[in-house]
Amino acid sequence: MKEKQTAAARTAIKRDNPLAGLINRLYIIFDNKKIRYSVLAIAVAVLLYLPMITSLYFMEVMTNVWFNVTVCLGLNIIVGFAGLLSLGYAAFFAVGAYTTGILISHYGVSFWLTLPVSVLMAIIAGLAIGAPTLKLRSDYLAIVTLGFGEIIRLAARNLQITGRATGLVGIDRPVLFGMTLYKINHFYYAFLLVAILAIFVSYRLQDSRLGRAWKCIREDEDAAEAMGINVFVIGSVFGAVAGSFMAVKMTAISPESFLFTQSVMILLAVVLGGMGKIPGVILGAFAIVVFPEVFRGIGEYRMLIFGLLLLVLMIYRPQGLWPERHT
Amino acid sequence: MSFREIIIQQLFNGLLLGSFYGLVALGYSMVYGIIKLLNFAHADIYMVGGFCSLSLLAFFGGTFFGNGWLGIIAAMLITMIIVGLLGVLIERIAYRPLRDAPRLSLLITALGVSMILYNAVMVITGGEYKAYKTGLGFEGFSLGSVHVTYTQAILIVAAVSLMFVLHLFITRTMYGKAMRAISMDLDCCRLMGVNVNKIIALTFFVGSALAASAGMMAGVYYGSLHFFMGFVIGIKAFTSAVIGGIGVIPGAMLGGVLLGLLESFGTQIPFIGSEWKDVFSFSILILILIFKPTGLLGKKESERM
Repeated sequence: MKEKQTAAARTAIKRDNPLAGLINRLYIIFDNKKIRYSVLAIAVAVLLYLPMITSLYFMEVMTNVWFNVTVCLGLNIIVGFAGLLSLGYAAFFAVGAYTTGILISHYGVSFWLTLPVSVLMAIIAGLAIGAPTLKLRSDYLAIVTLGFGEIIRLAARNLQITGRATGLVGIDRPVLFGMTLYKINHFYYAFLLVAILAIFVSYRLQDSRLGRAWKCIREDEDAAEAMGINVFVIGSVFGAVAGSFMAVKMTAISPESFLFTQSVMILLAVVLGGMGKIPGVILGAFAIVVFPEVFRGIGEYRMLIFGLLLLVLMIYRPQGLWPERHT
Repeated sequence: MSFREIIIQQLFNGLLLGSFYGLVALGYSMVYGIIKLLNFAHADIYMVGGFCSLSLLAFFGGTFFGNGWLGIIAAMLITMIIVGLLGVLIERIAYRPLRDAPRLSLLITALGVSMILYNAVMVITGGEYKAYKTGLGFEGFSLGSVHVTYTQAILIVAAVSLMFVLHLFITRTMYGKAMRAISMDLDCCRLMGVNVNKIIALTFFVGSALAASAGMMAGVYYGSLHFFMGFVIGIKAFTSAVIGGIGVIPGAMLGGVLLGLLESFGTQIPFIGSEWKDVFSFSILILILIFKPTGLLGKKESERM
């Protein structure tokens, strides 16, 4: 993979097309720390100000974007950083959503207290899937994660505590400093915060010793045996936290929210943006949410178009829209 | 029902289920053996086979020259050819350009093809269940008090004979020999003058045709089709292929029958029940992949990919 990408990067520079030149210049500008941080500050300010000026519908879409950014960054740790194909990622946010849902509706626990439990459950789930699968080949791993995702969903469908096929309904809204969070704007800020946290953690992980070790797994799978577990553990925590917030935003969760297609959509976002590249993954998450909203007419053709996109992307641009640059 | 009758009934169900799994598993196993690709789209090929045969039967009006059985046989053969060609087309468009690409890209491509197939069928059928009427009755014979229809018996016979023909094809013909050779060493075969692309296309043809026949049989057996019906059977067929040892042709059949029997007897265990049936099979898959990834008949290999 590495060889291919460097070759692609080289041809991009060699071709010397105006767009590539522009992008290169942008990269150079952004290398300046002052410029980078001020642009980021402006972006965050705009995002914080958005709810004051836009419609409820727009807020709903944007909230969905932040949710997807969080889960995609979680999957990106597994697929992008470590190069392990996971087809059951929906299971991890099912774990988070159901943990929060059960604790709130059966035991009346405060939402904020369910978050650490949800993280703990995600760690357990990550260990359950990560520990035994270390020695598997990549395609076997893909099918194991797929089976795991289905087992979690079917278990949620069959168990009494998860409300069987109807799921959990009427989950209480969270209360923050005496204020109940119920408006879409509240959740917009909550999800924005979670997404920013996810982005921050992703960057810190990428530059850490652990992040470099994960890259080694991707380039040479033999290293995976040593490092594979924590990839799934950390990746699943992202999903579980997003799932917990989703549970209280929707106030209802059912097994149908965690279908295989959901896992595939998240994977598509990661692949579309560029596996392993954080801004690329954010772009991908944005694209899969906004695209069906903009093209409302496509309706049932949505997944068909996404499938075609996946195919074309893999054949003509396997590195994604905004790939990692190898220097 | 007495204990003995339950055993006979479940044995029969298991064999029937197992022969479907086996037919689909053969395609997974052959493709995996030859280009080391987990072909996610294979399960959807099975589903397309079911729908294709349904339209053909409707086109014939259920009969062929006034004969019900002949109509079904004709529909099956034509379905196998059409869907086999679809498999070749998929290989040509989606997999061949990526043969030397990283494993991850190839897997994601296969996933994309699978999405395209089932969503295309969903759009065409409107996402509804389609009734599969064949005009075959429920006449049959009895084993004790267990009633077996002729249709069910013939389905088993058909599945077994297809597997037998495939076995002869793989072991007795030049093409079969070439397939086995490619699964050992692709580059070497190319040097030896084997037309590798042609043989790989042929593998896809045979695998897809078998899956299509299984799809049609499932339609006849269950009496209805659905665009997402390939998903669960896909995982189970893959499980069968792995149980038997992936890449080993008799292993796929053995694995299919074993899984079918395990499943039909497993649902009789009080704790499991039919709602936990899929969880049971998926757990078997995970356990086998973790503890014995080479399967029952597979060769030992220490290679990692």
